[in-house]
Order: sequence, then structure tokens, then C-alpha cells
Amino acid sequence: MEWLLWFSRPENTKPLALVIFFVTFIGIVVYVYGSKKRGKRLESYRDIPFLDDWQGTKDKQ
Amino acid sequence: MAVTTYSGAEQYNFDVVKKFAIMSLVWAVVGMFVGVYIASELAWPFLNFDSPYFSFGRFRPVHTSAVIFGFGGSALFATSYYVVQRTCQTRLVSDGMASFTFWGWQTVIVLAALSYVMGYSQGREYAEMEWPIDLLVEVVWVSYLIVYVGTIMRRKQPHIYVANWFYLSFILATALLHTFNNLAMPVDLFSMKSYSLFSGTQDAMTQWWYGHNAVGFFLTAAFLGMMYYFVPKQAGRPIYSYRLSIVHFWALSFMYMWVGGHHLHWTALPDWTSSLAAAFSILLLMPSWGGMINGIMTLSGAWDKMRTDPVMRFMIVALSFYGMSTFEGPMMSLKEVNALSHYTDWTVGHVHSGALGWVAMISFGSLYHMIPKLWETKIYSGRLVEWHFWLATIGIVLYIVAMWISGITQGLMWRAFDEFGNLQYSFVESVAAMVPFYAMRAIGGMFFLTGASMMAFNMFMTIRQGKRENAALEARLAAKMAQA
Repeated sequence: MEWLLWFSRPENTKPLALVIFFVTFIGIVVYVYGSKKRGKRLESYRDIPFLDDWQGTKDKQ
Repeated sequence: MAVTTYSGAEQYNFDVVKKFAIMSLVWAVVGMFVGVYIASELAWPFLNFDSPYFSFGRFRPVHTSAVIFGFGGSALFATSYYVVQRTCQTRLVSDGMASFTFWGWQTVIVLAALSYVMGYSQGREYAEMEWPIDLLVEVVWVSYLIVYVGTIMRRKQPHIYVANWFYLSFILATALLHTFNNLAMPVDLFSMKSYSLFSGTQDAMTQWWYGHNAVGFFLTAAFLGMMYYFVPKQAGRPIYSYRLSIVHFWALSFMYMWVGGHHLHWTALPDWTSSLAAAFSILLLMPSWGGMINGIMTLSGAWDKMRTDPVMRFMIVALSFYGMSTFEGPMMSLKEVNALSHYTDWTVGHVHSGALGWVAMISFGSLYHMIPKLWETKIYSGRLVEWHFWLATIGIVLYIVAMWISGITQGLMWRAFDEFGNLQYSFVESVAAMVPFYAMRAIGGMFFLTGASMMAFNMFMTIRQGKRENAALEARLAAKMAQA
């Protein structure tokens, strides 16, 4: 269990945390903007709030 | 994407949504009235009447709990139950549990207010409730989580719309924050008094980890969920960029958790902790503004709605205040700025530019959109909505300008030295200098309260109108059936 002590040192965990979080963020950005096809699919979800609009009721707004 | 046509109110549980929406308006008026009263106590101290029951110290948590948890909380329960049903195209998973969350939550607010006036408080900001009420909050909140997640799990729409992500992060984060901030040992089983499990600096850090994340998840993420549904609906056009909303969600959810330490600059908290909090606060500007731009740009191509639709105006002005206060916040988290601003009224002004400008305005806009739809009618008076908008806007401006001037004056007076190196002003001199601004703040609050009262009246009349129209429609249908 000695190896766990490596994590107790801030000089180790700070760069490790930076790498993990930075890679995760880049991963999310690449996932969202990296593919035109996926982008088109993601943008199609914008319409979800309009899919169950009132039909045949007396919505006067 | 699955397309399901809406087939009437029976498909969804709107009963609990209606109850929460009504109580949201009730708590808005009650909470803001108490706010105006305590603001007036600071300007005209005779209003304390030398009685502990009327004192600022006891009424202040009544105000914060009534507006944050009563008004804001009820608005969030109402809109989240509405949005999750309509975007998942399914009914709430359990009507009984949803109803329990309503009665449980209202009981929490009433018990909290009574206990504060009686003098019971655990002295943790925005979490003053003593341990028995904390336990009730825990039970209600877990029920809320079960109802929300259960409803999402039975959705007919394969994709979970982004507004639900924000609502869900708010529910999960609040559960976490409430639990850990309130870990305490009661003095005995029949005593309201308890002692925190944490002490000293750790206790302060826990409180502000809770305090700032209450701002981040209760007062920001949740209301962004509201924004992502109601702004597109009111504008009649989809959100500007769905992809931006995904980046916005993950960046915001990740960064908020780190920033609580900026409330403890220049204290016994280790310097690296508050520096880290300040760094994350600056980074937070980017997702915050990304979300604001996404909301405002939704109106791209339909800017005329700003002129013609007062409900839309509430929403866009809310987003503008969101942008302004999320710029001001990171700036105040810088140690040099904080050295001047901390412990002054500037902080109070900053909180209210977010709470009134963003939280209340987006809630008003969403409720103006939702309430007529729930009762299947139109708004009783558009003119009253216009009046409400201007009263609210003028009220906020009066409030925050008063607090800016008073806060910066306080900060400068407290740090001023004379030629011999002694403090130039006594504390009471700084208090005396604040009086005109306290009066100005109270007047700003009165404007805001008047607007909220007008809204409550307008919505009461809207509901009555909707009920009458429905009754008339049912009578006509019954007559037709009888003829056939």
C-alpha cells in the first residue's frame, strides 16, 4: 500500500488532477464539436420542448 | 426523436405543478414583505420595537428562507415537474410522492420561519434550520429525487432534454450539500439545539462550500434549467445552440464546486485554498457567459419580441442580470477587490443583483408563461405585467446602486488611516454614513414588492378566469351531449 502515499503529495496530485480534468474537458468539446453528423443529431434535440404542444385544446396564448 | 402528441391534462400530473406555482407566488409576497421590513429596520431602527421577536437577527433568516426556499424552491418544484413531464412526454412516476413533496416542503418553510422567530437557529447562513427540520428536508428531498429520476426513467422521448440535466444536477448537488453541511450532534433527543460535527476553520469552509454551492446549484443551475425550457417556449424558437448548452452544463457543474473558499479570503483558511477558489471563480465566467449568450441569442431574428412581449422582456432582462452578476462575482473573488468589498454592503448588493435580477425575474417570466397554460386561459392583464416589469427593474436598480455606494463607502471608511496611523473613522461613523443608502434600498425593495404583489393579483385573476372558462365550456359540452 506504499504506492498510495504518492497521492498524498500535492506536487503529484495537482498535475495529475490538471491532466485528468483538462483531458476530460477537451474530450467533451471534441465529442460535441468534432463530428458534423453528431453535431446535427445533437442540434436536433433543440426541438424537444415543441414536440408535445397543445393540440385541439383551447390554448389562446 | 420520438414525437408524441399532447392529449390533454390527464396525460400529465399538473395538479402538483399548480399547487407549487400558487405557493411560489404566496411565498414571493410574504418573503419580499419581510425583506422590505428588515431593510426598513436598518434605515429606521424603531421598527425593531425593542422586541426580540421583531429583531433584524430573527427576521433575516425568515426573509432568506421564504424567498430562496419558499418562492424560489416552490417555483423550481413547479417548473421542474412541468418540464420533466412535457420534455419526457410522460406522467410523474408517483402522484402520491409528488404530493408528499408539496406538503413536506411547505411544512419545512412554515416550521423554519416559526423556529427563527422563536429564536432557534444553528447560525449557518442559508441553512439556519435546526436538526429536526433538517431531517424533514432530507426526507422531502430524497422523495423529490426519486420522483424526478423515476419520471426520467419512464420517458417516451429517448433523449433527455438539457433542461432536465440542469434540474437533476441541482437536486443531486443540493442533497449532497444539505447532508454534509448539516452533520451535527443534537444536545439531546428532545432539544432543538445541536452542535456541528466540524469546528474552527473546517466548519467555516464547510459552511461556505455549502453557501456558494447553494448559489451555484440552487440559484443558478436550477434556474438555468428553467431558462432552457421557458425561453425557447416563450420565444417560439428553439435554443440558439444545443451543443453550447452541453459544454455549458459540464463546465458549470464542474467548476462551481471549487469556489466556496473565496468567501474566506484573508482568514485562517490556508492561502492556497482561497487562491484556488479565486482561480476557479475567474474560470467560471466563461461557462456563465456561454449560457447567457445561448439564452439571449435564442431571440436572434425575433428581437421585436423585446418590444411587444413583456414576458419575454422579463426573461431577457433576467439573462442580462445573470451576465452582470456572474461578471461581478469573479471580480469580487479577487483577493485585492475582496479586501475592500468583504463584510460590506457591496456583497449584499451583489447577491441581490443575482437574486432579484436573475432568479426572481426568470421565475416571474416562467410563471407568466406557465400559469395561463396550466389553467388553459390567457393572462388576465397584460398591462399589469408591463407595470410589474418596470417596477421590478427600477426596484433592482435602486437596490443595487444603493448597496454599491454604501458598500464601497464602508470599505473605504474602514481602511482609512489618519496622519498618525490610527483608524480615521469609528465603526459607528460608518454606520451613520449608511443611513441614506439603507432608506434608498428599502424603497427599491418596496418597488419590487409592489410589482410582485401585482403579479400575485394578476395570476389570481388569471386562474379565476381559467376556471370560469372551463366551467362554461363544460356546461356547453354537457348541454350538447344532452341534446344529442
